[in-house]
Amino acid sequence: MLQVGNDTFQSRLFLGTGKYPNYDIQKQAVDVSETEVLTFSVRRMNIFDPDQPNFLEKIDLKKYRFLPNTAGAKNAEEAVRIAKLADASGLCDMVKVEVIGCDKTLLPDPVETLKATETLLAEGFTVLPYTSDDVVLARKLEELGAHAIMPGASPIGSGQGIINPLNLQFIIEQASVPVIVDAGIGSPKDAAYAMELGADGVLLNTAVSGANDPVKMAEAMKLAVEAGRLGFEAGRIAKKEYAVASSPKEGISVGE
Amino acid sequence: MEIIVNGDPLEVSEGITNIEELIQELRLEKKSLIVEHNQTILKKEKHKETAISEGDRLEIVHFVGGG
Repeated sequence: MLQVGNDTFQSRLFLGTGKYPNYDIQKQAVDVSETEVLTFSVRRMNIFDPDQPNFLEKIDLKKYRFLPNTAGAKNAEEAVRIAKLADASGLCDMVKVEVIGCDKTLLPDPVETLKATETLLAEGFTVLPYTSDDVVLARKLEELGAHAIMPGASPIGSGQGIINPLNLQFIIEQASVPVIVDAGIGSPKDAAYAMELGADGVLLNTAVSGANDPVKMAEAMKLAVEAGRLGFEAGRIAKKEYAVASSPKEGISVGE
Repeated sequence: MEIIVNGDPLEVSEGITNIEELIQELRLEKKSLIVEHNQTILKKEKHKETAISEGDRLEIVHFVGGG
């Protein structure tokens, strides 16, 4: 069971909703992933096209918690505004603070992320900041009162997996709020690895939506997150430099 | 009367006096949308009581796919 703020979740997989081939495939992928948290972005509407479909109309709103992101914000002020716009929908009270500080790498701006987190916490939001894998920054976000810390595994959409497992491990060790590895996950292996490191959850999008078969990949990610979590709870063996036989050495008649 | 919606001018007929009527005029009343009126974000229940005047600036936004 994962607890973030006042919410508890059975699933430790948070799923993004961007860039699926179509809404039918997306709906199937969301279903098989068994996720309970869906992320969204806030954007201007085309007011001249009342018949434009929206993914929200395809799903049972009661089944999911919505985690709007503040993507598009370049500073704390913009992030706070986007969060408040999302909140006015009445569909959510959580927010993923995402303030991009570099267009090329899409890495987050640490200073503005801290500021936005502080403001939104004061406004009563449940705040999940997307951050780099900086250990001290993660600690400072937690000290502000962030309800979860969401360090990136590698740059958004890059699919490079976990580039710095040591930093993630340090962040996980020091945190007393959930750590949800967000961004950069490329394959089920990466998701399982994040969970084996002790992450409380994984947020991914492109790894599923951009897969050749998004529905199958959604299932793979569900299983990977579960497997990784079970492995973490079970406690892996220590690594040894040399081989240690699994079979007994005694009672064998060959080689005498 | 002319107002600015999502950065572009929009000619609104004189019968439209508040946000709720504008949303209906645009046939968007069934959509999950959020309105910001002159930089004030409105909850849905405020749409009816918020009057529209010449030159007002509106942002009409909604949720789209994102990670």
